[in-house]
Amino acid sequence: MSEYAVELEEVSKHFGPVVAVDRVSLTIRDGEFFSLLGPSGCGKTTTLRLIAGFEIPTEGTVYIEGKPQGETPPYRRPVNTVFQNYALFPHMTVYQNVAFGLEMRKVPKREIRQRVLEALEMVRLPGMEDRRPNQLSGGQQQRVALARALVNRPKVLLLDEPLGALDLKLRKAMQLELKALQHRVGITFIYVTHDQEEALTMSDRIAVMNEGRVLQVGTPQEIYERPANRFVADFIGETNFLPGQVVEATGEQVVVLVDGQMPIRVPAVEAVTTGRWVTIAVRPEKIALHAQPPDPQAISGEVEEVIYGGTDTRYQVRLTPETVITVRQQNAQVGEAVVFPVGSRVYLSWPPEAARLLTE
Amino acid sequence: MAVQPRTRRETWRLLFLLSPSLFWLIVFFFIPLLLVFAMSFGQRGTYGGVRWHLNLENYARLFDPLYLRIFWRTFRIALTTTLLCLLIGYPLAYFIATRPVRWRSSLVLLLMIPFWTNFLVRTYAWLVILRDQGLINTLWTGPIHAFLLQVAEAVPLPFWSSLVQATAQPLPLFGTDLAIIIGLVYGWLPDMVLPTYAAIERLDRSLIEAAQDLYANRLQTFLRVILPLTMPGIVAGSVLVFIPSLGAYITPDLLGGARSIMIGNVIYAQFMSARDYPFGSATSFVLMAVMVVGTLIYFRMGGGEVEV
Ligand SMILES: Nc1ncnc2c1ncn2[C@@H]1O[C@H](COP(=O)(O)OP(=O)(O)O)[C@@H](O)[C@H]1O
Ligand SMILES: [Mg+2]
Repeated sequence: MSEYAVELEEVSKHFGPVVAVDRVSLTIRDGEFFSLLGPSGCGKTTTLRLIAGFEIPTEGTVYIEGKPQGETPPYRRPVNTVFQNYALFPHMTVYQNVAFGLEMRKVPKREIRQRVLEALEMVRLPGMEDRRPNQLSGGQQQRVALARALVNRPKVLLLDEPLGALDLKLRKAMQLELKALQHRVGITFIYVTHDQEEALTMSDRIAVMNEGRVLQVGTPQEIYERPANRFVADFIGETNFLPGQVVEATGEQVVVLVDGQMPIRVPAVEAVTTGRWVTIAVRPEKIALHAQPPDPQAISGEVEEVIYGGTDTRYQVRLTPETVITVRQQNAQVGEAVVFPVGSRVYLSWPPEAARLLTE
Repeated sequence: MAVQPRTRRETWRLLFLLSPSLFWLIVFFFIPLLLVFAMSFGQRGTYGGVRWHLNLENYARLFDPLYLRIFWRTFRIALTTTLLCLLIGYPLAYFIATRPVRWRSSLVLLLMIPFWTNFLVRTYAWLVILRDQGLINTLWTGPIHAFLLQVAEAVPLPFWSSLVQATAQPLPLFGTDLAIIIGLVYGWLPDMVLPTYAAIERLDRSLIEAAQDLYANRLQTFLRVILPLTMPGIVAGSVLVFIPSLGAYITPDLLGGARSIMIGNVIYAQFMSARDYPFGSATSFVLMAVMVVGTLIYFRMGGGEVEV
């Protein structure tokens, strides 16, 4: 018995010349809410289908509960899927839809009835048993799809952008509901989404994918605070990128000359040598603005634009003729906070660990 | 959308726009139909023609065991044809519908091309294949018979001699119900394949995957999901095959010989050789009634049930 619900070992999937999934290795723990996050076409759905058994890996192995799956067909895998478009059977009632999996596994009629009603209760759809899918709203169909999968008590539930078709408000409500549901039933969820906010809100851990590859796996905090590379930093939240050349590397600290004129100090992450081209990544909300230099080495710029946005104010600050940086200041104080007008000179500071050195 | 109450002017305009098709329907369909209907209550004149002496005798005559037998055979042949078309056509349609998109239209085209040849010519080709001196029987009594004979001389097996004897005679294919059924199945197969193909192609693939995800094996997926969801195509295809098979005339005429005739041949004979128009009309009407009732029952059975 493995401690992992699902493991992928160097799994690749090719469709002719297209490499949909490229040497992906993942370990998903029992009871975890695990998200696959990435832009459209990056291979999320294919990865999910490889776990469900709808696709067989070109290379590598999928393990479910420690057992290598090989070419095991979907109907012999202890996983269930909530499909992107729900895929409810249009010729069956809600009850028949939810009962389908149990009937296929020859569960006694009476137990089926009890479990179906329980499942519909769980997704808050009681009294809808005799409706047809086309008589339900999108949100209700979504719940039926969820009940139809959960009623089988799978070891792992695979969800492919299950909230993608819902409007924003319903989506937010369902996010919380899904998370609570997962907590209650204790089933491992593998959740596909291209919405970074959704992934950050719901997941225990996230795998960020691009072009068939997994770029980083970590908790939402890890991914947000310590993105492994430029793509992750850019895809999750908002980031300023400052490209430059290393001019000084002394163990703890690295000095990067941005645009050939502005030295910036950042903590070293790995051994970098002088002369190397790197990128510094800083989140807009980590930067503080000052009227006076907070320390002699503080960098400065000129305010080009001020956008008041309710909870915060965004500044566009020109540092050099080539570089503009975005800064977000919380409007925490009541009344008039310190506002830097357009054209004023400001000094920037951030906690040392807020700046990430990206070497690729 | 609710139907709007129409003003009188709109009604007239509608009638005006429909008038060409209405005219066509009335002149070439309803009037001849009424004529035939009226004739079916008449009597054959001494030298052909119709004597308008109204009675039900023509209908009574159809209860003659001779005609009942032909009706029954017609029904049996049409039903067998429909079932065989379904058994061959559905898997074929499924095969085509599951090929990559770029292949599908070519495959459908390949299926259709033979049917651009005249129906009579194609049926005649089957005559050439099935008759006693035809393609099959030339092989049967020729090379196959010779081969079995040689084997019999080398290895004496008890049951072999009867096999050898069987191949000495041509197979009785021509002039049987079987020959008619072969001809009809061949002729109406596309009418089964096209609607079933359309239904299968329209089927959402993710429903099949959903069934498999919910532990249904291939057979269960087929029976519980694919079959019910493609039923409208099956119903449409079956009606399209069954109805013309009931009324078949050329196929039994060419392949059924003198022994195996269908109701279509009876009607033809009444009009063309026996010159008994009233009896021919009555037979036509009964056949038409059977078709209408059959179609209605069939659509009740499955047609209205399934919504996709
Ligand atoms: N059955 C298939 N045949 C050919 N290419 C495919 C197939 N399925 C997916 N792909 C390709 O693989 C890549 C990844 O697709 P997918 O896994 O659906 O991405 P995502 O779900 O992240 O949007 C895409 O380039 C897509 O076009
Ligand atoms: Mg997808």
